[in-house]
Amino acid sequence: MNTAEAAAPVLCHREIIALDRVGFSFGSQQVMNNVSFTAHERDFIGLIGSNGAGKTTLLRMIVGLLKPQQGEIRLFGTPIERFKDWHLIGYVPQRNQFNPLFPATVREVVLSGMYGRRKLLKRVSKEDAARADDALRTLHIENLADKRIGALSGGQQQRVFLARALINNPKLLILDEPMSGIDTETQQNFFHLLRHMHQHHNITFLMVSHDMEMVRSYLGEQPKESCGKLTFHVRHSHDLEDCAETDLLHTLRKEG
Amino acid sequence: MDLLTAEFFQRALLGGALIAITAPLMGLFLVLRRLAMIGDTLSHVSIAGVALGFLINVYPVAMGLVFAIIASFAIEALRRTYRTFAELSIAIIMAGGVALASILFTLGKGYNLDVTSYLFGSIYTLNNSDLIVIAIVTVVVLGVIMLLRKELFLLTFDEDAAAVSGLPVKFFNILISILTALVISASIKIVGALLVSALLTIPAACGLALSKSFRQAIAIVVVIGEAAVLAGLWMAGFWNLAPGGTIVLLLIVILLGSLVVRRYKV
Repeated sequence: MNTAEAAAPVLCHREIIALDRVGFSFGSQQVMNNVSFTAHERDFIGLIGSNGAGKTTLLRMIVGLLKPQQGEIRLFGTPIERFKDWHLIGYVPQRNQFNPLFPATVREVVLSGMYGRRKLLKRVSKEDAARADDALRTLHIENLADKRIGALSGGQQQRVFLARALINNPKLLILDEPMSGIDTETQQNFFHLLRHMHQHHNITFLMVSHDMEMVRSYLGEQPKESCGKLTFHVRHSHDLEDCAETDLLHTLRKEG
Repeated sequence: MDLLTAEFFQRALLGGALIAITAPLMGLFLVLRRLAMIGDTLSHVSIAGVALGFLINVYPVAMGLVFAIIASFAIEALRRTYRTFAELSIAIIMAGGVALASILFTLGKGYNLDVTSYLFGSIYTLNNSDLIVIAIVTVVVLGVIMLLRKELFLLTFDEDAAAVSGLPVKFFNILISILTALVISASIKIVGALLVSALLTIPAACGLALSKSFRQAIAIVVVIGEAAVLAGLWMAGFWNLAPGGTIVLLLIVILLGSLVVRRYKV
């Protein structure tokens, strides 16, 4: 299945996600079977499929929320059971169903992106707070920092969750239907932002979407691969300075 | 004021003040995770433990604690089975607890079972071992919350995100259950099993109405809990009212006040 990439063995384009004959079923209901796919560094992958095709299930397996029943998943070359570097992965879940009355400010939510294993039992430092401010500025929501998250519009909330996912400078960004429930103009802005990040930064994207138009316009008409009801549209980006290690938030901000 | 110098009243104030820190804090986490009724369930189950304690002559609060911890594990297990119906697991365990308690109470009819003091609270009869238990529970609960404040926030706000960040979510869930069981069995003698959940949930409800940030919410629930418990105890002592009931009614008055404030603020 992954013979196409082998033709371009660029050194830095390492394997980010590898699915090897992954299968999953809820009870007797088989959701997916024998799904294999490899995502390389700086790919932008649009995962398309009808309702019930298993898009969200696949994402939840990749971020470790579900265990695959068959097959194997590797992240950054490490089998997922042994993978520890979760800070390399930013995850924007399907529009959050949090309680709108939840007492949390935008800044508190963005900062919480750093509360991983590495920060356990450690205080939030000044640098951490500065990073949160950076992330807020990058996504142009710094004026909302002290607002209650539930008081924001859908599009603003989506930016907050993207800021939370970006605060760790992730190498892999996973987005589950980030555009659902947002008006078209905000959707376009948001997609523009993602495109910009893809073209200028060393990030690999995996995005579930049902917005075929937007996906096709950037990732091409033809899916690169398909497995059962799931199709993967892929666009690779290495036109910019290849694989330079940069601090995403700072450079993003400079570039405006 | 001879009430304030009376030893039983000083014990009541001390015990009440300690519980008024931890119960609203745990309540905030539970309410935000849509598990508000868990307090009710655990307290009813621990009443069964208290009854068993009397029957077999073991310190009833300790027996209640054991039962509450077992129940909290059972709830957590059921919660995972009925993922989107957290309240279902709570209702099932509550029914089981009440059923067991009623059977144990009938079994113990011949014994001198001090049931009402656990159902409605009897803060004026706190003895030394009760106070020591309450103090230990307060230290443990406060210590864990302060140490893991960030992580508990993330877990409460977005359990999936916490898991993806590599936090040991299962362990944290069990930890929250155990802390809740600790707080509830320690507060049963103060407000009574029937009213414990009020001390957990009503300050949190005020916190939701009044605060914008999590940090604020934490401060507000503790302040409101303290105000209600201390003022309630004093009023109850002064006018000779039932302390548990007075505290809870006072909490409800504060909640109504918070809702009015919210209306004018937002």
